[in-house]
Amino acid sequence: MVTLDTKRWNLRLYVAGQTPKSIAALANLRKICDEHMKGQYEVEVIDLMESPHLAQKDQIVAIPTLVRQLPEPLKRIIGDLSNTERVLIGLDLQPRA
Amino acid sequence: MQFTETAPAKVEGIQKSPSGIAGFDEITGGGLPTGRPSLVCGGPGCGKTLFAMQFLVNGAVQFDEPGVFMSFEENVDELTKNVASLGFDLADLVERRRIAMDTVVVERSEIEETGEYDLEGLFIRLDFAIRSIGAKRVVLDTIESLFSGLNNQAILRAELRRLFRWLKDKGVTVVITGEKGEGTLTRQGLEEYVSDCVIFLDHRVNEQVSTRRLRIVKYRGSSHGTNEYPFVIDRRGLEVLPVTSLHLQHPASTERISSGIERLDAMLGGQGYFRGSSILLSGVAGTGKSSIAAHLVDAACARGERCVYLSMEESPDQIVRNMSSIGLDLQRWTDSGLLHFHSSRPTLFGLEMHLVTVYRLVQELQPDVVVIDPLSNLINVGSLHEVTTTLLRLVDFLKSRQITALFTVLTSSADSPDETNLGVSSLMDVWILLRNLELNGERNRGLYVLKSRGMSHSNQIREFVMTDRGIQLLDVYLGPQGMLTGSARLTQEMQDRAEDLARSEELESMQRKLERRRLAFEAQIASLRAELQTEEEEVRKLIAQASRREQKTVETRAALARNRSADSPDGEGKW
Repeated sequence: MVTLDTKRWNLRLYVAGQTPKSIAALANLRKICDEHMKGQYEVEVIDLMESPHLAQKDQIVAIPTLVRQLPEPLKRIIGDLSNTERVLIGLDLQPRA
Repeated sequence: MQFTETAPAKVEGIQKSPSGIAGFDEITGGGLPTGRPSLVCGGPGCGKTLFAMQFLVNGAVQFDEPGVFMSFEENVDELTKNVASLGFDLADLVERRRIAMDTVVVERSEIEETGEYDLEGLFIRLDFAIRSIGAKRVVLDTIESLFSGLNNQAILRAELRRLFRWLKDKGVTVVITGEKGEGTLTRQGLEEYVSDCVIFLDHRVNEQVSTRRLRIVKYRGSSHGTNEYPFVIDRRGLEVLPVTSLHLQHPASTERISSGIERLDAMLGGQGYFRGSSILLSGVAGTGKSSIAAHLVDAACARGERCVYLSMEESPDQIVRNMSSIGLDLQRWTDSGLLHFHSSRPTLFGLEMHLVTVYRLVQELQPDVVVIDPLSNLINVGSLHEVTTTLLRLVDFLKSRQITALFTVLTSSADSPDETNLGVSSLMDVWILLRNLELNGERNRGLYVLKSRGMSHSNQIREFVMTDRGIQLLDVYLGPQGMLTGSARLTQEMQDRAEDLARSEELESMQRKLERRRLAFEAQIASLRAELQTEEEEVRKLIAQASRREQKTVETRAALARNRSADSPDGEGKW
């Protein structure tokens, strides 16, 4: 098991306005972070409605998209994050089954 | 129930956005439907991306319609390089905000799907790009790639449907490319979503020659040709070959131009070909087709007209050399730029490429006369049907531009010489048949005008010879056994001359004889006259003597009377 103590998570959540999916994603993300990365994470929420130019720059196609900036490598997790297990796999917090 | 009859409302056809792709706008009657999505699909390497790119670049450069290129496969760098070879400077267009480019990367390995999502990100990107340059055109190349990057097909399909509707609402003209699937137009069935206009590009290789075809599968709200149209991709991009005339409206000139051979002009109503007519020269090998063609070229250049000579067999040098042997100096015309040679092996390219070559040359050089020598070699390139339709296009094209076109066709001697195996003769205005006249162990060249539309023309078969002063049509010798050629003609001519000579000699001798007779008669007359004169003189002398004697007698009688003192004879007394 990887020791997580030394790690810091730098996450970005891309949403487009206050849609039900965005709201659900944000709530799900909070929960996961608090449970698995307590004190070790930073989350930035980017609303593409407000800064649309970032969509191209950061290669966003699906909404919502959670991007793991750090640790490397870059990971994209799309969807409302309702499937906690898949989120954890995506963030490398849980090995693939 | 009541029916009211209303005049059909004047339906305005849908608006179209020109693609600027040569030929394509003609077959679609103006281009792609404005403000609607069009699907361009086909197998790998069929030219989808190029089509889309040309549509976009032409829009930005020629029609003042900026465009967004959203790529799902190649990145901006690659695309820029790929189209640079066609003369498109994408970087510059992006710089000048005529084109916006965006590459969408969906890497399956770095994506985890964790529930409901939509493609709003894509919408936002597109919307941002469209608004940033005021785009009127959008290309999505190839949006199907999303299917390999994302798992949830249901979401994808729903989102694509939404995307196309959204694009329609935006009023942008969209080209969506799609890869051909097994038995379907596109792998993911994009044609279900894009129902306004579907264009299918095909690339096939037949007997080692590749041909490209374009077909408009559907075009809602517009009439369109349903045929497959050949197209080519070359250094200038994609070009669709014009249609087999949807209309036959080319103007007909009444101007006449010389064939370069005086006596052939005489056979063609005395003035030669019509300008802009299509002339077919057919004949078996070695009947002088190229030479007659060269005469037309020479005459046209001498009038200061431009000519294009497409040779499928000989190199320009070879033609120039060969023609100089019959006294035609074509070199001076190539030097002065009036004559342009283009030699290429027919099998080097597909048929379409040849056609395009002609188009390009015609567009570039604006010639008055085009010679294709020989046309029949093109048949090696495609099937008969393909060749015929292609030639039809060619003839139409040249006609519509008022270019006098001369085609030579090699016929095989086994066939009836009146038949060209290309099926093009009916397209031609003038058909001159060259044939070998084999007689008495020798072969001579003969020609006749099989048809010549719009003029009275000679029906004679004329023998011609190639001299160092060009082709000379000879006098027709029609002997009792029909037409005579070659040495038979010469013999006959000599015989005729001999006979003439003999006849004239005979006449002369008869004349001389007559003269002699006349002289003889005259001499006779003279001698007779002399005889008569002598006789006359004698008679006169006798008469004179006689009268003198009588006088004497009277005198003597008078003297006697006086002596006898007789009465005067005048008195009352008697003797």
